[in-house]
Amino acid sequence: MSIQVQNISKSYNKIKAVEAISFDVKEGELFGLIGPDGAGKTTIFRILTTLLLANQGSATVAGFDVVKEYKAIRNSVGYMPGKFSLYQDLTVEENLTFFATIFGTTIEENYDLIKDIYIQIEPFKTRRAGALSGGMKQKLALCCALIHKPKVLFLDEPTTGVDPVSRKEFWEMLKRLQQKGITILVSTPYMDEATLCDRIALIQNGKILKIDSPENIIKKYEKTIYDIQSKNSHQLIQDLKNYPSQYSVFAFGEFIHYIDKNKDFNPNDLKNYLQNRNHSEIEIHLSNTTIEDVFMDL
Amino acid sequence: MKKEKIIEVKNLTKKFGNFTAVNSISFDVKKGEILGFLGANGAGKTTAIKMLIGISKPSSGEALVAGFDVKTNTEMVKKSIGYMSQKFSMYDDLTIKENITFFGGIYGLSRLQIKDKTERLVTELGLEDTIDKLVGSLPLGWKQKLSFSVALLHEPKIVFLDEPTGGVDPITRRQFWEMIYAEAHKGTTIFVTTHYMDEAEYCDRVSIMVEGSIEALDTPKNLKANYNVASMNEVFLKLARNVE
Repeated sequence: MSIQVQNISKSYNKIKAVEAISFDVKEGELFGLIGPDGAGKTTIFRILTTLLLANQGSATVAGFDVVKEYKAIRNSVGYMPGKFSLYQDLTVEENLTFFATIFGTTIEENYDLIKDIYIQIEPFKTRRAGALSGGMKQKLALCCALIHKPKVLFLDEPTTGVDPVSRKEFWEMLKRLQQKGITILVSTPYMDEATLCDRIALIQNGKILKIDSPENIIKKYEKTIYDIQSKNSHQLIQDLKNYPSQYSVFAFGEFIHYIDKNKDFNPNDLKNYLQNRNHSEIEIHLSNTTIEDVFMDL
Repeated sequence: MKKEKIIEVKNLTKKFGNFTAVNSISFDVKKGEILGFLGANGAGKTTAIKMLIGISKPSSGEALVAGFDVKTNTEMVKKSIGYMSQKFSMYDDLTIKENITFFGGIYGLSRLQIKDKTERLVTELGLEDTIDKLVGSLPLGWKQKLSFSVALLHEPKIVFLDEPTGGVDPITRRQFWEMIYAEAHKGTTIFVTTHYMDEAEYCDRVSIMVEGSIEALDTPKNLKANYNVASMNEVFLKLARNVE
């Protein structure tokens, strides 16, 4: 096991940030903590990177105890915090050299590991970090977290506020790092990114609601979801919510995801109901379950 | 019946030295329309919005916002619009009530109006029990819903929302969009940026900026048809990837 978390709790004054959380991450695994802002993701990261003490429970990272052996952990992990935390006044190259030196290594020694990320920002290596675009800052931060060849990489919301194209590229980078044998714990509020992880923990209000592979989480979801569309989607949401046997109604891109309470639900009855409420171009068909559907039903 | 234009942009350009951040963009937005303003990080969205809300002077081109020229009449532009972003919404160390009072004052509402608005807003959002709590103690989703309502206090004709739902939980994110719909239905124009491509589907029209220019502007339905793909995410990936 690369990361073992047992019964960890942490409160800030009276607020319980995380409550009795347990999970394991295997060596070489890409594990995702999936949950919205305020779920407790950052608290978990800070405890595992030895920056914060838990009130209860125990945890090991790369075989070291987070309390007793915190110094060994700091040498074995890379951490990219959610907030950009490099030196804004140092250039790209200076930041990287700084982090390499701190860990007693050089850029050259571990260049292989960061090469395909670093070449993308190399043309700007004399630019101050503060003057980089968001995407480039993110790439530099990842290089700095990798420069000492960590065994475990912690990435706290690396893609928040990042556009879909850059997000896609970032995940491709993570997959390549994983192939090099690095264990990765990553958090994200974007549910669509969950499917790119080997296993995920769905987390909300400081509690883990589910841990499994994304495929299994979707497979084990038992309710039937329908995609529904009509010409007036706003009115459609309202009318579906008023349908007597509705279980849930959520907008999902161009469709509304609808779940009915009854096992013997007949889509034609719903279609008639909508027609009577002056909907036109009504379409009802079975939908594919997504992690977001499961999350909202927890 | 043709709806009136509330934003008219013609060849709007912003240069920083040799760098053209916004390159001659032109478009109109109608009253009550929800316009999704998308683009990759660094495509020029924020620069464009700054010009439209009157806090950055265009290098060339024109824009009328609620009928006012963004070059010469910035004060009237600012009075006609509401603005909220993820980075700045409200003061964390003031209570909900204090924030509403503060922003109401800034927008020039009378005491009576503020009192009236506060009551209505708090009831609509179901915040009766939390009105004296610090905004900093609210979950992000609640903060964003409240902040949207505060941006509407002075009944602006247009409201600019800069990534209002980033990091917000899935259920609250949808409630937020229901608030957007309801407000648009009252005739308020919504100008919104997002990185959630499912939200792009909820817009009446979507503009996609690539390296300072508007590469596409149409209804989600037409965009998907034109690029022959099934989702807005694919439209976005197709357009933005062409650059590289």
